[in-house]
Amino acid sequence: MSFSVTEPSSRQKWFAGTLVITYALITMIPLLWIMMTSFKTPPDSISYPPKVVYEPSLEGYVNLFTTRTRLSPEALAELPPPENFAEEIVRNRNMVIAGPSKFGGRFLNSVIIGFGSTFLSIFLGTLAAYAFSRFKIPLADDLLFFILSTRMMPPIAVAIPIFLMYRQLGLSDTHLGMILLYTAVNISLAVWLLKGFIDEIPREYEEAALIDGYTRFQAFYKVVLPQAATGIASTAIFCLIFAWNEYAFAVLLTSGTAQTAPAFIPTIIGVGGLDWPAIAAGATIFLLPVMIFTVLLRKHLLRGITFGAVRK
Amino acid sequence: MAEIVIKNLQKNFGEFTAVRESSFKIEDGEFFMLLGPSGCGKTTTLRMIAGLELPSSGEIYLDGEEISMLPPSKRDIAFVFQMFALYPHMNVRKNISYPLVSQGMKRRDVKAKVAEVARILGIEDILDKPVGGLSGGDRQRVALGRSIVREPKAFMMDEPLGALDAEFREHMSEELKALHDRMGATTVYVTHDQLEAMQMGDKIVVMNNAVVEQFGTPRDIYDKPASLFVADFIGSPSMNFLPFSGAVSAGQSQVALGQHHVDVPQQREDKQGELVFGVRPEHISLNDGGSLRAEVQAAEYLGTTQIVVMKSEFGEIKARVDSTLNVTVGEQVGLEFNSSTVTLFEQANGRAIRSALNEEALQHG
Repeated sequence: MSFSVTEPSSRQKWFAGTLVITYALITMIPLLWIMMTSFKTPPDSISYPPKVVYEPSLEGYVNLFTTRTRLSPEALAELPPPENFAEEIVRNRNMVIAGPSKFGGRFLNSVIIGFGSTFLSIFLGTLAAYAFSRFKIPLADDLLFFILSTRMMPPIAVAIPIFLMYRQLGLSDTHLGMILLYTAVNISLAVWLLKGFIDEIPREYEEAALIDGYTRFQAFYKVVLPQAATGIASTAIFCLIFAWNEYAFAVLLTSGTAQTAPAFIPTIIGVGGLDWPAIAAGATIFLLPVMIFTVLLRKHLLRGITFGAVRK
Repeated sequence: MAEIVIKNLQKNFGEFTAVRESSFKIEDGEFFMLLGPSGCGKTTTLRMIAGLELPSSGEIYLDGEEISMLPPSKRDIAFVFQMFALYPHMNVRKNISYPLVSQGMKRRDVKAKVAEVARILGIEDILDKPVGGLSGGDRQRVALGRSIVREPKAFMMDEPLGALDAEFREHMSEELKALHDRMGATTVYVTHDQLEAMQMGDKIVVMNNAVVEQFGTPRDIYDKPASLFVADFIGSPSMNFLPFSGAVSAGQSQVALGQHHVDVPQQREDKQGELVFGVRPEHISLNDGGSLRAEVQAAEYLGTTQIVVMKSEFGEIKARVDSTLNVTVGEQVGLEFNSSTVTLFEQANGRAIRSALNEEALQHG
């Protein structure tokens, strides 16, 4: 039995732990359900009562990545035996694989646009935040407020002007257009977050580098950047999550070449009924990059969120 | 190695003047103190010499070359920061070698140079440690190492001992002084601690409210203060000030302090009006024969000496006398001043009136 004032007792820890785990389980049920559905066959996915125990199948993933054509049983019987598991799954439904689906390309679009806009937001945001933090800028406070004010309404409120503008400029349904759009939305967040992080880095470090014979820019990238790494990483995660998940603008502004996965996934409806396993498989694969990115940077993320709360 | 001349240096931040029309000269190899209360402009002056701030007007000469507008990297001046500013993402060795790397020195030479500096400072065993876990003293040594490694023309130090605890500060100040004597490099040192300035400095500039009040050796500054501010700021307890109205004229060596005629160093100026009679506590002796009388209010025992606090017609007076002397509170005593040490000031502008005592010291003040 400890009598510490600041350390929680074991009962308090147990209670807190239970609470957190329960909450986590509740929030994870939909995710878990999506992942489970992605491994079901279409009949299993719509059976009632819902099946919790079932024989896993990759049919959803095969359907996600392919387009298929139905053949008559006679025509099927004449074909050579299936070459791989995907072919086999499809034959069982009296179909053959006609070619790859658009999912791969749409997923790649998401990667290009998500990471591209994140990179651009961080790049511009870091430079702007550094300038706001270190230099005497006329009307700096007003400028910062203007930057923040772009977030005071939902971005979709300006959807129609942007739609018209993009059509005029030829940016509709282009990678560049989407990267610029997501960067414009994210940059205010990036500037504000990064300014906070850079403010916390004492100027003396740069001054020491200046004295040691480096130029201002060298001092910035050799001394300030490494110390802002934590802040940059957590800001990058926030930017990526927004750009990766954004749905409304993606639906509005993209339809083909630059369509991102969130806009594409709901269009997988399948032939003869909703193909829930394929949609679930798309959602599952779509979740992975952000999960991996977050797990890789989670140390920075945690440190980043509490950064500056306690002075060392 | 280097002589630094500051001429009419001025720095304004908007409406605020941090340094006003300051001029002084730092001789080659001097340990030079910039002393003053916080906000007096001493750090700004130091930063202008190093190139971290650009002056609004005025010139800075380093070995005859005008450098006031050069970037810091072109000045060959090292700077030791109060918080040391060691690069936290590098270990000790990298921190020390960083200035050499910027010069593009060969790796082998860098290694040899760092090893030499580490030996001088006695930090060979921590070279490969990260700077995060170092003690205050070791951080200080690493910061010094980083500044001496490239053998700059001059060192700027901004309260380098301010971040250390009291016990260690003394030790480190001796180490600093020894290092300076060994290298003989011109050093400009900012401090608000008058004791530190007196102990370590070859010369001191006392600044107040953006203005240089006085510039001279510690002895001159203590014995021959150029202004009321300097007299008050230096010394503990500070100088006694006895305000009186009267007149002095050149050649005179007595003033009328109320009804009392008191000897002073021979005066070299004619002044009249509200004046101040300044005398250090240790130059007051308690003597029943003295015509100026005061009532003892308290005595602070300090070991070999004691500070006797008295109330006189001119206000509170403190005297430093031998601790064997018996004084009782409430007693009336006579005061006598060591006349050759007295400085007279003008009340209105605070300047010392020139006399045989301070004439020479005030020439460059």
